[in-house]
Amino acid sequence: MSRPHTTAYRGDRLWLAAMVHRVSGVLLAAFLPLHFLVLGLALRGEAELDGFLQWSKSPLVKFAETGLVLLLAVHLLGGIRLLLIENLPWRAGQKRMATLAAAAAVGIAGVFLMALL
Amino acid sequence: MSAVRLYVWQRMTAVLMVPLIAVHLIVIIYATNRGLSAADMLGRTRGSVAWGLYYGLFVVAASIHGAIGVRGVAREWLGWRETALDRLMWIFGAVLLVLGLRAVIAVVLP
Repeated sequence: MSRPHTTAYRGDRLWLAAMVHRVSGVLLAAFLPLHFLVLGLALRGEAELDGFLQWSKSPLVKFAETGLVLLLAVHLLGGIRLLLIENLPWRAGQKRMATLAAAAAVGIAGVFLMALL
Repeated sequence: MSAVRLYVWQRMTAVLMVPLIAVHLIVIIYATNRGLSAADMLGRTRGSVAWGLYYGLFVVAASIHGAIGVRGVAREWLGWRETALDRLMWIFGAVLLVLGLRAVIAVVLP
């Protein structure tokens, strides 16, 4: 694999946006099988699923759930940003768009946290 | 599969999932606000053709999108060869699809 001649782009806001998009995608992909397995508990009846949901009410799990909502929101908004870049004429203010997407994702996670508490 | 095809599938499933995820986030916050319980959740989904179609479509799109995404990351970060990448993509996609559809059946079947 050829090495890039410069790594100066690293740490740039849009490099960071690309990294957040990638890492959030990988983490969501890792979470999905577990999510599906938990929902599959309903095959053995409502009580089985409810047992898990009661466990999920512990503070640590609530904290993790807020992280999952943040991952989903940031991947959604970052993805919309990418689709717009790829399909619309280039426009200025890309860094601001990335910041806005991140802020909105944190806002969505905040609303979830308020619903949770 | 060619890089162009993978790219197109990745973007098509992305566009499809934009409204699906928006609805998912709203349902997550709504259900959490009501104090998440199996009775509440299953009461909404069991016997519902609409939720069955929604979650079924969601699972198919997410399986394709996730499998291609993981393939791309493994190519760039792990430097895997094409045959290994394809194997990873198909296996991971199949696992997501089977577990996901099983979950849809679990919550939708009356």
